[in-house]
Amino acid sequence: MSTSLLWVFAGCALIGMGSAAVGSFAFLRKRSLVGDAVAHSLLPGVVLAFLLFQQKELWILFVGALLSGALSMWSIEFISKNSKLSSDAAIAISLSIFFSLGIVLLTYAQQSGLPNQSGLQHFLFGKAAAMLPEDVFLFAGINALIFGCIILLYPQLKLFTFDPAFAKSIGLPSRWINFCLSFLTVLAIASGIQAVGVVLMAAFIFTPPAAARFWTSRLSHMIVLSVVIGLLSAVGGAGISYSASGMPTGPWIIICMSLLAFFTFAFAPKRGFYSRWRRGWRHSRKMKEENVLKTLYHLREREGREEFGHSSLMALRGFDARELEQSIDSLMRKGLIGKKGSAKLHLSAQGLEEARRIVRLHRLWELYLNTRLSLPQDHVHADAEAIEHIITPEVEAALIRDLNYPLSDPHASEIPGIADMKKDE
Amino acid sequence: MIALEAHNLTVRYNKQPVLWNVDFSIPAGSLAGIIGPNGSGKTTLLKAAMGILGSDSGYVRFFGKELDAVREKVSYVPQRQSVDWDFPASVMDVVLMGRYRAGKLLGRLSKTDREIAAEALEQVGLYPLRKQHISELSGGQQQRTFIARSLAQQADIFLMDEPFAGIDAASEESIISLLQSLRSSGKTVILVHHDLHTAIEFFDHVVLLNTRLVAAGPKTETLSVENLNATYGGQLTVLNKIAELVRKQEYPLREKNTKD
Repeated sequence: MSTSLLWVFAGCALIGMGSAAVGSFAFLRKRSLVGDAVAHSLLPGVVLAFLLFQQKELWILFVGALLSGALSMWSIEFISKNSKLSSDAAIAISLSIFFSLGIVLLTYAQQSGLPNQSGLQHFLFGKAAAMLPEDVFLFAGINALIFGCIILLYPQLKLFTFDPAFAKSIGLPSRWINFCLSFLTVLAIASGIQAVGVVLMAAFIFTPPAAARFWTSRLSHMIVLSVVIGLLSAVGGAGISYSASGMPTGPWIIICMSLLAFFTFAFAPKRGFYSRWRRGWRHSRKMKEENVLKTLYHLREREGREEFGHSSLMALRGFDARELEQSIDSLMRKGLIGKKGSAKLHLSAQGLEEARRIVRLHRLWELYLNTRLSLPQDHVHADAEAIEHIITPEVEAALIRDLNYPLSDPHASEIPGIADMKKDE
Repeated sequence: MIALEAHNLTVRYNKQPVLWNVDFSIPAGSLAGIIGPNGSGKTTLLKAAMGILGSDSGYVRFFGKELDAVREKVSYVPQRQSVDWDFPASVMDVVLMGRYRAGKLLGRLSKTDREIAAEALEQVGLYPLRKQHISELSGGQQQRTFIARSLAQQADIFLMDEPFAGIDAASEESIISLLQSLRSSGKTVILVHHDLHTAIEFFDHVVLLNTRLVAAGPKTETLSVENLNATYGGQLTVLNKIAELVRKQEYPLREKNTKD
């Protein structure tokens, strides 16, 4: 690998890390869209700086970008504070005005015949290959500022982001903190003009934190994870765009970022689609099994025998034949039901206990709906069919206390197990 | 001693005046309620008192001093719904925020700070939940988290915005007894509250508000039928019209910026 390529990787990595770190706060303050407007608004600043100084050195264009980005952020706040427009309208207005101005200036610069105007269009979608060592030093400086501020002011930034009114009430200099966060955001976005381009830079601000949020509920972890995602995608995207020559860098980095984000949305613990789907599937399996136990209990209660064939189960409750087989297999493995000879099923001691619990919850809930919500008897059954599967032991205890140890449900059936509880007291 | 004094306070919210020349004081050691219907300026009053909103005229003093001089003695509990409870933080994280001080901007929290926060959590009965993420809390638990943060500030005067809104009966009871014990230890507690029914038995000092001050004083003297009718009987028509005019035309409320 050549040295110049190493500089490109280092530069992209720094841009990805800094913007992911400061982006975490923008994301939590629900200001991602402001980031998008600011990114687009860098363009006129870049082109004006070029026209004024007729140079393409990054730090000159960077200062121009910084100024127009800050102006656009200020204009968003000014418009939403001093007009009747809502903040999303203010964001849209600022974005479109600055960006169209930028495109107009860009076209003018390209037709100006200035000797070194070629390549200006790369500021739209980015071209990392143009990165020089001194540019990387600039990014390193920006990152030092961003991470320095976040580490030094972490408690204040956290408090301000979570509860600005409380922050102000304890005398925190809110205006100053807000300025500091805004400035760092513009700085991070402006650092991407060359490698990523103004059109897509906003994704650097909000994609990594959005993905990181799925994995953790601690702010510090979220920021670290967000930085890691920013780093990995920047390096990955830069690598791909380098190996497929002529490919723009910014879009590739963002595709990497989005792939990581999609992976997260799909597979993150608790919040991800997969784990939510799995939770639903487990609950539905549990429901089916509990229904088998309950039906066996009802048959016992009704006919006074212990053993029943599949057909009696099917007759009392319309099971799907295949699902019934699956539930029975699983219940037998758990030792909750036993099978004798020619497919006669019975509840084991443990299974009986479990079945009594489910029937108890069903009847308790019916009684609760009947007495506390004044629902008529014939309205409570369907509701209890669903709720019996989700009542936790704590809720059960609260129900029993609330209903004062009831012995029978609204249909005058016995609520199993309550009589024993009373004796224990 | 006077814990809080509002003098000739006029404040607007979204350009429209919602408090007109409000004047009252609350004695130290009382459990006071600021009572009025929706849109009567209760929340605005608290925010203006805490310097979160600017005022067009007048001032609020705590123990006879400007807020900046006694800030550490004053604790503010915003409305529970004013923050995003999906924010990545634990219950303990939020309570520890009560230990931050504007003065020590770069200071870290000490062991004592953590002990104080833990004790505050104990007082509201949430210590066992201290490591839980705040999005897992019920409404009542969220409110108790906010109150624990406020206790952790170890203030002498507490301003709470609707602490009973949308919480379960058990949380309400535990908050009430907590506030009463604060009062008996000599603290001043001032609540914004919209439910008249519970207010009658609970407060010993009330401020009746409906964009203007209707009455303020000890409960027995203030809660008359006449005052309540004036508070809940709708806003003054002419006053409202003026407020609308001020909002639409963006008129100033004082010729000069005065603090009278």
